[in-house]
This record gives sequence, C-alpha cells and structure tokens, in this order.
Amino acid sequence: MVKDNHSHSADSVLNLRLRVWRQRRGQPGAFEEHALQGVSTSASFLEMMDMLNEKLVRDGKEPFAFDHDCREGICGMCSMTINGMPHGPLPGVTTCQLHMRNFRDGETITVEPWRARAFPVLRDLMVDRSGFDKVIQSGGFISIRAGSAPEANATPIAKDVSDAAMDAAECIGCGACVASCKNGSAMLFVGAKVTHLNLLPQGQPERDRRVLAMVRTMDDVGFGNCTNQGECQAHCPKGITLDVISHLNRDYLGARVKAFFSSTGKARRGGD
Amino acid sequence: MNLDSKIPTGPLSAKWDNHKAKLRLVNPANRRKYHIIVVGSGLAGAAAASSLGEQGYDVSCFCYQDSPRRAHSIAAQGGINAAKNYQNDGDSVRRLFQDTIKGGDYRAREANVYRLAQLSTAIIDQCVAQGVPFAREYGGLLANRSFGGAQVSRTFYARGQTGQQLLLGAYSSLSRQIGAGTVKMYPRHEMLDLVLVGGHAKGIVTRNLVTGEVRTWSADCVVLCTGGYGNVFYLSTNAQGCNVSATYRSYRRGALFANPCYTQIHPTCIPVHGDDQSKLTLMSESLRNDGRVWVPKTMADCGKDPAQVAEADRDYFLERKYPSYGNLAPRDIASRAAKEACDEGRGVGPEVGGRRLGVYLDFSASIQRLGESVVRERYGNLFDMYENITGENAYRRPMRIYPAVHYTMGGLWVDYNLQSNIPGLFVGGEANFSDHGANRLGASALMQGLADGYFVLPYTVADYLAGVGLSGRPSVDGVEYRDVLAQVNDRVNRLLKNQGKQTARSYHKQLGKIIWDECGMARTREGLTKAISDIRGLREDFWKNVAVPGTGADVTPELERAGRVADFLEFGELMCRDALVREESCGGHFRTEYQVDGEAKRDDARFAHVAAWQWAGETAEPIRHEEALVYEEAQLSTRSYK
Amino acid sequence: MSTPSCNSALSSIGKKAVMALTGLLLVGFILGHLSGNLLFFKGPEALNAYAQWLHEHAALIWTARVTLLLGVIAHIAAGISLTLENRAARSGGPAVEQTRRASWGSLTMPYTGLVVLGFIVFHLLHYTFQSVALGGQTFPLATNPAFTDVHAMLVAGFSHSGVSAFYIISLALLSLHLSHGVSSMFQTLGLRNERWRGRLDILAIAFGWIVFLGFSAIPASILAGCIK
Repeated sequence: MVKDNHSHSADSVLNLRLRVWRQRRGQPGAFEEHALQGVSTSASFLEMMDMLNEKLVRDGKEPFAFDHDCREGICGMCSMTINGMPHGPLPGVTTCQLHMRNFRDGETITVEPWRARAFPVLRDLMVDRSGFDKVIQSGGFISIRAGSAPEANATPIAKDVSDAAMDAAECIGCGACVASCKNGSAMLFVGAKVTHLNLLPQGQPERDRRVLAMVRTMDDVGFGNCTNQGECQAHCPKGITLDVISHLNRDYLGARVKAFFSSTGKARRGGD
Repeated sequence: MNLDSKIPTGPLSAKWDNHKAKLRLVNPANRRKYHIIVVGSGLAGAAAASSLGEQGYDVSCFCYQDSPRRAHSIAAQGGINAAKNYQNDGDSVRRLFQDTIKGGDYRAREANVYRLAQLSTAIIDQCVAQGVPFAREYGGLLANRSFGGAQVSRTFYARGQTGQQLLLGAYSSLSRQIGAGTVKMYPRHEMLDLVLVGGHAKGIVTRNLVTGEVRTWSADCVVLCTGGYGNVFYLSTNAQGCNVSATYRSYRRGALFANPCYTQIHPTCIPVHGDDQSKLTLMSESLRNDGRVWVPKTMADCGKDPAQVAEADRDYFLERKYPSYGNLAPRDIASRAAKEACDEGRGVGPEVGGRRLGVYLDFSASIQRLGESVVRERYGNLFDMYENITGENAYRRPMRIYPAVHYTMGGLWVDYNLQSNIPGLFVGGEANFSDHGANRLGASALMQGLADGYFVLPYTVADYLAGVGLSGRPSVDGVEYRDVLAQVNDRVNRLLKNQGKQTARSYHKQLGKIIWDECGMARTREGLTKAISDIRGLREDFWKNVAVPGTGADVTPELERAGRVADFLEFGELMCRDALVREESCGGHFRTEYQVDGEAKRDDARFAHVAAWQWAGETAEPIRHEEALVYEEAQLSTRSYK
Repeated sequence: MSTPSCNSALSSIGKKAVMALTGLLLVGFILGHLSGNLLFFKGPEALNAYAQWLHEHAALIWTARVTLLLGVIAHIAAGISLTLENRAARSGGPAVEQTRRASWGSLTMPYTGLVVLGFIVFHLLHYTFQSVALGGQTFPLATNPAFTDVHAMLVAGFSHSGVSAFYIISLALLSLHLSHGVSSMFQTLGLRNERWRGRLDILAIAFGWIVFLGFSAIPASILAGCIK
C-alpha cells in the first residue's frame, strides 16, 4: 500500500522486463521476454498487459491471451501467477486490482498461468477451470424450483450464522487457492461452498449428499489433497480462511460415518 | 409496422394474473422435445435457463465467459428492491410501481413496471430459499436499507456484493440443471448471429472461443439475456467483455432496437487516470451522505494541493445549485453538474489528455464532526478500495470522483411477453428495454433480471412453444442456417485477413471518446450530427486499417475484440441518431436545447413514446417506429430537486 | 444429484482422516514411550522394573505392537498415496515458486516421515532385537537374567557417538514432523478454526520440542558423561 501523502500520488513511469508464458493448447510452452517502456504506476497490472498486447499487435505479432472481465475484483476471471504468486505480490487483491505502483522501475516480472493438473492451459495465460463448475454441478446448490419457495421470513436465521455463511459465500471461484497450493488442491473452494450452504437452515436437507458428492467430484476432476499448509488462505483475494476446510472435513467425515451406519431400508433389501 | 405491446386488458393490478391464466401450456411429457437456446448466463439468463430446465425443456445456454458464474450481474453492489414492506413503513406493490415509473421519468411501459413490482416479493423468497445470505437483523429476519428515489426501506442486500450473491444463487440453480442434464452449458461461446426461418427465430451462430469453431445451432426459440451496451463508451463500469453484438446482430436480422439513447451515468466513480485505462470503478453512491462535493472557484487553484485552497475559494457547486437536496441530488443531476464544472476548466486531479476530469468529494467536515473512526466504520472498505486504485488516502485528502456510464436502459424492443417483434426471439434483463424508461432507480436492475428469468420468461416462452407446436424446429442443414453461417464466416475472415496496422482497441477508444463527448451526459443537435458523421468515418477507417493477428483457429482475443468493436461502431451511430431525434430531455437523456433553468424539460406531447428502430440495410437510414406510452394509472409530473 | 454410494476406495478426505487418526495413535505412543523413557533418569531400578512389567504383560504389549504396526503401515500407505497424488495434481508447479505461509515442517512432511521410518527400523533392530550397533553384546539383568538390563543397554548403545548423533538428528526431524502434524491432525478432523489454529500451532511446536528434548536427553546425557 502506498503511504499516506499530501500531494497527488506521484505518478511515475516504469520500464519493465516481462517474462510471459506462451503456450498453445496441448503443446509445451515457454517464456517469452519483452521489454515494456513507459508504464504508469497508476495503471493496473492488466492495463500493463493491455499495453504489451497493443504493442505486439501493432508489430504484427499475436498478443498474449489471458482471462479477465469485470476488472473490479469480483468476477474471478483474471488468473495470473506473478513472480510466483497467484494474483501477485499484494495480498487480498485480484490481479485486476493490483496496480503497477507495487513494482519497481527496471524490475523483471515473470507472468505464468495457474499451474495445476486440473487447470490445463488453453492458451498462454488462460487455463480451463471447468473443474470448479463440475464440482458445483454435482451438489453445490440447494434444490429449489422457481416458484416453490416459502415466504422469505418464515425461517429466521441467526445473524452470526448468516454472516458466517456470507463470509464463505464471498469466494469468487478464481482458482488462486488451487494455483497457490503445493498440492493443487481445491479444498478452499469446495470448503467455501459447502460451508456456505451447510451452515444455513435451507441447506440442511441435502447437507450430507452435498458434501459427499462434491468431494467425490473434486477428487475425480483431479485436484490434489489438502495438507493444511495454508498457502490457499494466504493467496485468497477474498480472505477465505482455513475454517471452511475444517468445516468441510467435519461435514464430510460426519456424513461418511452416518452413511456407514444408516438404515438400508426395506426397499433396498432385494438389491436395486 | 404495428408495434403490438400485447398489454392485457383489465385493471393494472390484475393484468398479469389474467394474462397468465390465458397463456398456453406445454404438456410435461412433450417439454423435452423442445430445444430452447438461452444466450447469456447473468441473472436473467441463468434464471431463465434453470427455470426452463426445471420444467423439463431441453435447454442450451451459452456464455462468453469461462463459467456462467462470471456474468457481469456479479458486479452489482447495492441491493435488490422488493415490496415486502417488512419495515412496516408503508411500502406496497403500488408504491414500488410508482417509484419505478417516476424514476424512469415516465418513459417506461406501465403494465411491465407494475408486473415487475408484483413479482419483486417472490424473487426474495426464491433467493432466500436458494441460500443467498442476505443481511439479517439480530432477530434472524431479513434487513433492509434505503436507496435513492424511494421514501421507504425496501432494498435487500448482501454486504456490498448483492449482485454476486444473487448471481451465485441463480448459477447454483443453473448448475443443478446442468448436473441433471436438462441444461447443456456452453461457456466460452460467443453468439455471432441470429438465424430466422420463416420469420421466426430458430437458431444462432456461435464461435467457440477456445477452438475457433464457428457453427450453427437450431432451436424452437431463442432467449437473449446478453446485457447492456455501456461499453460503446469504451470506458464504463461494465466488464471488458460486455458487448452489443448479440442484440445488434439480432437488430440487423429485423429485431427492433428501442430507446438506444437511454443510458445511465453514475456520478461517483474513480476518475480516469490515463490513456491506458481500461475500466472505470464505481464507488457506492452512499458516500455522498457524508462527503461534500467541490471544485476550486478559479482554474488557477485546480493544480494545487486541495489543502492549500482556502475555504472561500472553493465552490460547493451541488450545495450552491440545489440547496434543498445539496450533495444528495439525483444521479443524473449530480453527474451533469460535475461535468459542467470540469468543462469550465475547474476540474481537479492529474491532467489526462490536457484536461483535469475530476471533482473532490471531501470528508474532512464529516471526519471533524463524527471522528475518523465513525467514517471508517461506515465507508472503510470503500476508502481502502479507493486507496488501492489511486494510491491516495481519502481520510487525509479529498477523494476525486467523476461520473461514468454503468447501465443502459435501452435495448431490444419486446412486448409484454418479453418477445421481440421477431416471433420466437425473447429478450430478458438489461438486453431488453422494457422496465426502466429513461432512467433506472438503484437496486432495480437485479430485480428486473430475476423477474424476467424466474417468473416471466418460463410462462411466455411456453405460450410461444405451445403455439408453434412440435414440428417447429428446422434442421441446421437448412439453407437459412447455411446462409447465415457463410455470412458470419465471411465477416470473420474479412477481419482476419485485413492488412491493417491499427489495433481494435484504438478504434474502440476513439469511438468511446466521440460517444462520451457528444452522446454522454449532455447532448446537442450539432454534437450528435457531428458524432454520426465522425462515427461513419471511423467505421470506414476501421475496416481499412484494423489489424487482427492470429488465424482464428484457436484462442484469438483480438478477433473477439474486433468483432465487438465493429458492432459498436455501427451501434454508436444508431444511438446518436436516437438521441438526435428525441428532442426533449428525460432521465438519462439530456439535450441541452431542452431545459428550463438547467433542468431537464420533458416533452410529453411529442415524446411520450418508445422509439423502436428498424434496420433498413447497409446504406439506408434505419426506420423509427413509435409505441405510444399510455398511462392508465400513473400521473405524469415533472421532477424538481431545487 | 445422485446419492453417492459409500465406495470402498478412500476419498482424499478419507485418506487424510486415516493420516490424522493413525497420527493421533502414534502421538499417543510417543507420549507413552517418552514417559517410560524418562524413568531412565530415575535410575536403573525404575527403568528396568518398568521394562520387566511390560514383558510380564505379553497380551498388552502384543496388542500395542500389532496396533502400532498396523497404524504405522496405514499412516505410511496413506501418506505415500497422498503425496504421489499431490505431486501429480501440482503438475510441476510454477517456474517461480513462492511460499507465503506454509511452515518448513509442513513442506517437509514426506521427507521427515521417510527419515523417521528409517529411524524406527534402526531403533527396533538396535534395542528391541539388539541385532545392530551393540557389537553382539547382551545385557542380562543381574537380578533376573531372563530380562534385559535396559539401562545398561542404553548406556552401552549411546556411548557410541555416531549412533547418538543419528538418534538426535532423527529425533529433531521427528519433532519437525510433529510440529506440523499435531495441529494438522485437528484440522483434518474438522476440529480447528481460526481462533484455535494459532493455539494448536503453538501446542504442536511445543510438543515437538518436548519430544525432541525429552528423548534426546538420554543419548545427550550419556554422551556428555553425566550418566554411566
């Protein structure tokens, strides 16, 4: 963060060396080096990348493909590992909200895609994060048909429960947790969704099915296993904490134990 | 052309119920035989796709993002209105209806707005049931906050991320249907054209943004929920990918584009910092509760440290011009006043392109009165965000703000069923024109998107499908599909083969400057006329000199950008033309020729209608149609804030 | 969503739970082993009496041994499986690797685990089977030659400075392993939150030090010549 000052934040200009990952789908990739002059310190990191791309296009070269959309830190689309850190050196912000005043003149900046088996590179800095969608599709919802909802105030929910659910629900699904994890694990993402829904009264009927199904899909998609190191929390732009992983573990193990001892029911005896 | 709005008969409050009772139905066993295409996965698109999927239709949903969860509805901060009257402060469906119609400066269709107000309560029920963690009171019941343009507290919110939470709710419902197999999701697909068969919308052409494959899809009907066109200004609060292509391409296939000149400009955004800026960031309007807006009285003081400008040399222009509303003047008024101050050369902040475009929003008086900790408690996250972007500490020096485009009220013309003039083409959310008139009230966009998606389209789409029956879906091998596909491929190839040197972004920037200067907060006949000819010139130059590197057979971001910019270059002209013909000032549309003492002067005698534009070919001028706005219950009156 | 069946293959969290539960068992064993060991400083009689008591309760000791063996096998099998899966899931990682928070102990778990495994094997051969590094000596208890004079055996064994150094280094690595594992165990079982995380992390580190100092005290004191 820039220190308090009494003049306008002095905009200065940076000259940078950029090492940017270049890769086509299904082929090996490599770093490409580019010099970029005259980057304003008030530009965002993605605006710096825009400048580089504009320069490449003017020179008749292909620009670097990268994912980005809202550029206000909420859509979760931007995804770059900057000098080894997903979303760059400033904790608590997404790449689009990272500004160039956090870099030094003359610095060499290494930009690479999220790296994880479950996030294959589609092009340059773009990766395929559809594994996250698959996890949600397998159970990250409350089954409610449009039109069948009861009156909203029919079920009071304690404010602290609702607030805790909201803390978890703030996850933007960017994947920095997976990219920062030494094991390529998606436990912070899955934990956030499970915690959000399993805390709320509306989420109770499907609580066990949800957690069992989501964990199974998470494993099937090829994410790694959590080793409780906390890199995900340290890189999460939305400050999601390891609490959600603890919650996920608790709910999952509880659901497994319950399933183990649950009644098999009359109808199932014949073997269906 | 006869624009039949299909407004049901009967009293306003009974229209929707009466209408629903008459809508035709599709037998549950037959629903899976109907294929419905939904383009866009924001609040309206995700809600429509999931609801139709729940009913058993075969739905395909397309979005350009890598996941439906990233649609730009996610960025809405403030909240969502609903006439629940949980605060016991006199709210009702009728009150929400009246506020919305008045907020729209009497340029919205009465029956649609009333239905929106009626459906608002069911939306809250639906979202809570989905697990949207709305703010709550200690008693466990839902909390409300107040918002602009209303005297009741009816806004539901989830911290500053209401749009995100509502979208994630809709996305979870959509995901459930994808998991169940009723909806097939196609992310990273961009719609490039609409296919008509026998005058009905029966398919689309898309480009797969990963493989580059351009292909056709056939369906029994098409639902567009593709958002607004705010990015015609280049700089806006919209996401980078937001574009007009889906609606504009449909317009070129015969759909009418209604009121394109209605755009909303939000007064409190972080100013432009330089030529390389790509995006403007909104700061919550609530800041104006405790901040005072000013600029120096003389140009000479504009470059100074604000602390060095004596109190007597400051112009608190909102307080001066609008003594009764002061710093809380409505969005359009506050935006225009800031623009005027900067046009006089009294803007503050760093010079960008030789001009200082910013005004101060000063919290020093509030900090003195309330103490820094109170201000921090109220606005801490906003001050942090401001510091992150500008590098300035707003506790120590005034914030700098400037207006920016953030919503477009215009869109494809639709009838009461949200069906365009092309049968089988439905349009929901910001992409249609229907509910906000010339100006949208805060916390109403989310309400409209979800009302359309959950509670209107599922009924009206079924009515259309029941009408056309099961023989309605043609094969994609038909000549109509092949023709449109060939045209799309030609256009893509023309862009790829262009031997230019200029980037698509550079054209987008130039277009944005023309639109912002001439079709932004204040519009004039001369300016708009000049803008139309400038845009034409720019368009010609674009097709000669744009450079699009890449083969297109892969991820080709410049091809995506160039295609979108090409459409904006045509659409911008239509927007200026609409603004030129509407010789009145209303809501977000301010023509400097039509004002009384600096305030908007509406002309109900000549312009109490929807202007719906019909494409007439590459060289011909578009044709303007009118749908008269008939008010059965609302009383037309003039807004005043002095 | 279909009802997920209770399949026999363990999920990621299932394997982690195996790690945590077997880890808990091994931590319990370490505590017991340590308290027994500390009798060494009370003198030969106390230590040998304890050893003799253990051998007189064969059922107990064999139950413990089998349980521990199974625990160790499960811990190692799950650990290897998780580690291999994690390597594959990481797919090489970024070219520039940065670590913000992960502790040294947490990053080295597979390595410290393997060294500790080697150490356990040596330790069993050394003192349980008395087949290595004791020069073929036997240590019959003077009062009852059917039992081993454990105290004398330890003094003889640790008088070898190389052996003692190996023990102390291995114990240091075991303690590093525990400094992450003990707190991680709670997290895996869902029994930790942000408020307790700091406390449990401190507890784990403290436990690591206790284990290190407690066990190392024996070879250290013998090497230093304090106990003969």
